[in-house]
Amino acid sequence: MTATTAPHAADAHAHGGGHHTSLGLDNRKIAIWTFIGSECMLFASLISTYLIYKGRSPEGPYPHEAWTNPATGEVFKPILNIPVTSASTFVLLMSSLAMVLALAAVQNKHVPKRTRGEEILGSSKLWLWTTCLLGLGFLGFQAYEFTSFIHEGLSIRTNLFGSSFFTLTGFHGAHVTAGVLWLATLLAIDYKRGLGPQDALLVDIAALYWHFVDVVWIVIFTLVYLIQ
Amino acid sequence: MATVAAAPPYARTPVAAPEATGLWSWLTTVDHKRIGALYLVTGLIFFVVGGLEAALLRWQLAQPNGQVLSADLYNQLFTMHGTTMIFLAVMPLSAAFFNFLIPLQIGARDVAFPRLNAFSYWVYLLGGIFITVPIFFGMAPDGGWFGYAPLSTKAFSPQHNMDFWVLGLQILGISSLAAAFNFITTIINMRAPGMTLMRMPIFTWMSFVVQFLVALAFPVITIALVFLQFDRFFGTNFYTIAKGADPLLWQHLFWVFGHPEVYILILPAFGLVSEVLPTFSKKPLFGYPVMVYSGILIGFLGFGVWAHHMFSVGMGPIADAVFSLATMLIAIPTGVKIFNWMATMWGGQLRFTVAMKFAVALVAMFTIGGISGVMHSSPPADLQQTDTYFVVAHFHYVLFGGSIFGLFAGMYFYFPKVVGRFLSERLGNWHFWITFVGMNLTFFPMHFSGLYGMPRRIYSYDAGQGFDLFNLASTAGTVVLMIGTALGLWNVWRSWHHGERASSNPWGAATLEWSIPSPPPDYNFAQLPQVTSRYPLWNTAGGDTLVHETTTAEEAGRRIPSSAELGIVMPNPSIWPLVCAAGIIAMFCGLLFLDSSVPTAVAIMLGGAVWWIGALYKWLLTPLEDHH
Repeated sequence: MTATTAPHAADAHAHGGGHHTSLGLDNRKIAIWTFIGSECMLFASLISTYLIYKGRSPEGPYPHEAWTNPATGEVFKPILNIPVTSASTFVLLMSSLAMVLALAAVQNKHVPKRTRGEEILGSSKLWLWTTCLLGLGFLGFQAYEFTSFIHEGLSIRTNLFGSSFFTLTGFHGAHVTAGVLWLATLLAIDYKRGLGPQDALLVDIAALYWHFVDVVWIVIFTLVYLIQ
Repeated sequence: MATVAAAPPYARTPVAAPEATGLWSWLTTVDHKRIGALYLVTGLIFFVVGGLEAALLRWQLAQPNGQVLSADLYNQLFTMHGTTMIFLAVMPLSAAFFNFLIPLQIGARDVAFPRLNAFSYWVYLLGGIFITVPIFFGMAPDGGWFGYAPLSTKAFSPQHNMDFWVLGLQILGISSLAAAFNFITTIINMRAPGMTLMRMPIFTWMSFVVQFLVALAFPVITIALVFLQFDRFFGTNFYTIAKGADPLLWQHLFWVFGHPEVYILILPAFGLVSEVLPTFSKKPLFGYPVMVYSGILIGFLGFGVWAHHMFSVGMGPIADAVFSLATMLIAIPTGVKIFNWMATMWGGQLRFTVAMKFAVALVAMFTIGGISGVMHSSPPADLQQTDTYFVVAHFHYVLFGGSIFGLFAGMYFYFPKVVGRFLSERLGNWHFWITFVGMNLTFFPMHFSGLYGMPRRIYSYDAGQGFDLFNLASTAGTVVLMIGTALGLWNVWRSWHHGERASSNPWGAATLEWSIPSPPPDYNFAQLPQVTSRYPLWNTAGGDTLVHETTTAEEAGRRIPSSAELGIVMPNPSIWPLVCAAGIIAMFCGLLFLDSSVPTAVAIMLGGAVWWIGALYKWLLTPLEDHH
């Protein structure tokens, strides 16, 4: 007889939480990695299109070069503002640091805190707030960037550069927005009933998403802003 | 040890606790088996819709200068025929089997995320309605199932027709992606103890490959559609040639998705046939590991051949050569599968049930389509054949002779497990033979009309070009196909309540799903199985395959305990996946009002967003199960 039955495996939980799973990992963790793999193809398509269309637009404004409109003689300076975007990149990177600290604080919630420093490091609310606010800060920078580009004469309709730039960075911004909402939800749960080690997975999968969105921005910042 | 697993200690009557019934129980179900049944029925309905669309096309083309349809309606119908068959019939019918079989084949209680699974179905259903209904108002998409931009942009398709296509495909993509994440997680993480990857049934393996194809290919068409959507609704320039756009951008993005999509359509059928052939040959699948590896290789190479759909655009000799070679390479793992199926049957004790007939027919018909496919891989030959009916013949041999025959094989094989009753073999034989004749009569002449130069997608043609007779034959074949399909559907309809009762393992099959009652109880396995071989219900030691076919007589009177009696906690039903799906559709509908009234459009979109996000929160904050 080749098919026997396990003596007691009758209550495999739908999430696998605390029960047998093939890899010993929670299902949600596998799912978020699968989702991230899929998202890689989403951003790969957006970024490739931006790169393919780079330099193809017959009309400016352009990202890195000045452009004079031959019809009106109006001069458009290079659109991208690298110092400002460097600052926003720094803000987003710091949010990832805060995210790491938030996860550590949730995981170590029950470890006794002996010093003021350990108390600060161990405050999940503080670090979730910090991550959220830094994410919002990045979105603020993006809102400033978008409005100033529009004032300088580049909208999503202006040319190929405008279409591909706003769509790519807008998609990224939408992902950051979703991440902020996700973190705010975790924060609300933390205020309501306190996040502890048993909730580490909830924070962990949010953190994976947040870091992924961060990494995508590093690629965008390098390919779109830094390489001319 | 005994030769086979003992018959399970329960049978289908009487059940301790009757299953919930009624409309509400279907709207709120999170049971993978019920969702599978919903996919099956919905997929068959859309298969009929797509078939009727094709019948109208063939009616128009039966004779030269046909007067049945206008050119405009013809465009709508051929667009909707392709879109319906691919996205609303073949993929969901495959999904019916993913849903029903994957948890049973790996020995799991359900999929990893039961409510997400329900969500996938509801998004599919509502998205299918969204994209289908406009045909009744003469407003259906009319730019082909491939929606080539710039033809599909506002400049060349100013009406709402293509809006329905762009938004409909976006909606359907959400369904497929959610299902892919769900099934990948299920297969990776929910296998019963001992169910190693190389012990997994081959259908589950092929499904596994397909889910990766979906997860990696659908984001690409999502972005291609986002560009088109932005061009159409917000005036961006992704496909505006005058603004410097690349006229091939859409084609590249579309086919980077579109070619893996071809394998998304065929690999589930391959998996089903790989379950049917060994059972009715009483032999293990020949070369199981090679079948697994060739499936993976097909999936992998499937991402590297997209531009063979574009030889005629003039990509240059290097690109043509690379994509031609890659395409020829893909014939190797595919050919391996064909030979392995034949080797599986070789020397076996063949039983030609209807399922077996459809399976063998797949091997033969797919081979014909595969060979004409290899002909296309050569750019000089392809330049002669592209955009002619020869291509139509090719892909109908792989999609009808392949996917549909495989799905029918699976339907006849698994119907007793799903419903607890057999499909009628007598009606099934009529269904098979008439469909087989009809399919060949419809599609074989298209090879000739194509080689004589008849272009695709034309709504009429003049007499005397050498393809009048072939067109008439194709139309006659369509009539035969309709009769065959009607018999098959009648068989499903009648057998659902009146078919002969089936026992747990009536075919003497080898895999775990046949170890539990037919139909399975809601909890699937009373105790999760411990798997020690690739064929848990067969004893293959000593060279002979020993098979035990159960009978209803031996299982009569055994009682199936309820989940409560067994102390198994089942997920609670939930309406929120459906509510959330409806909110997403509402949000997409808002875009349709953009050119008439911006405030209305924004209000609907915001309302839809609040609706689905609210439903999502409600869903996520409600525990899946009661605490135990």
